[in-house]
Amino acid sequence: MDEIQKKEQASSTHKIGIYLWIWGLLFVLSFFSYLVDWFQFQGLLRHSLILIFMFLKAGLIMAFFMHLYWERYALVNILLWPMTAIVGFIVLMAAEAKYTVFTRLLYFFIGG
Amino acid sequence: MSNNSLNNLPEGFKGMSHDMGSDQTAFKGVQWGKVMMWIFLLSDTFIFSCFLISYMKGRTSTVVDWPNTSEVFSLHVGGVPVPLLLIAIMTFVLITSSGTMALAVKYGYEKNRKMCGWLILATAIGGLTFVGMQIFEWSKLIHEGVRPWENPFGAKQFGSFFFMITGFHGTHVSIGVIFLFIYARKVFRGDFDNGKRGFFTTMKSDYVAIEILGLYWHFVDLVWVFIFAFFYLW
Repeated sequence: MDEIQKKEQASSTHKIGIYLWIWGLLFVLSFFSYLVDWFQFQGLLRHSLILIFMFLKAGLIMAFFMHLYWERYALVNILLWPMTAIVGFIVLMAAEAKYTVFTRLLYFFIGG
Repeated sequence: MSNNSLNNLPEGFKGMSHDMGSDQTAFKGVQWGKVMMWIFLLSDTFIFSCFLISYMKGRTSTVVDWPNTSEVFSLHVGGVPVPLLLIAIMTFVLITSSGTMALAVKYGYEKNRKMCGWLILATAIGGLTFVGMQIFEWSKLIHEGVRPWENPFGAKQFGSFFFMITGFHGTHVSIGVIFLFIYARKVFRGDFDNGKRGFFTTMKSDYVAIEILGLYWHFVDLVWVFIFAFFYLW
């Protein structure tokens, strides 16, 4: 095996340990998010815990299983920036939902 | 492009502006198929986002109580209801299959044909188990009277969102399983070692195909993380 080949292989494969670690972490995080329901946490605590475990899991999968951590920034940025549009969409639809429920309460129960 | 020349390029944001402005291949060191898969996954992200956002809108705007998912999706083990048991098992099965896929990609790049093939097969069986459990869940809920237009537990919108979101995700898993079996066969046959041509293309097969397949499979797992959090736990 010549020098270039060696280098290519070294950069495209990673030690098995890193995959097993991420795998284990995903199991633990999934277990934790299941426990959120098991102990019937409610309100802000429930929602923030669900979101924290969700984003941690999603981040680990994308960064290490999907290799984004090792990709060049040109690819990483072209993928991640468009997703910020989703946040804007969520904000818009949340406002819309509040308005819908307001009109429903008004016309169904109070009577416009 | 060999990695030797990749190492001479600037890194980080400086590297990004360099790559984008290089007036040639922008995604350096990335095979075109991989870029295309990423673009597809990005568009798929938007589809699933639209589903989950409409679910958010539907759930917030209904004046009827939303069904308690913890009870709706509970299984009776020895007469005792265990909340979300099946969903938890499905989550662990999918994560397990994601792990075997990640290892398959690693062994593929190391040209370890047998290991790669068996791990892809294990991933496919994990996916098949997941789909089987989803079929069980669907038939259980349909049996209990859940329909896209009504259900005995609460807000009527629950059924349509449930069938639409889990159904679309289940379709993705099923398609993934089919491709996993096809690629397991290709790996065992040695297509990626002797560079045999695939169908619809004159290009030689390469183990990068396993990474592209892996990207799709991890994405299916990724979507499940969000469905699990928002639909089942929230």
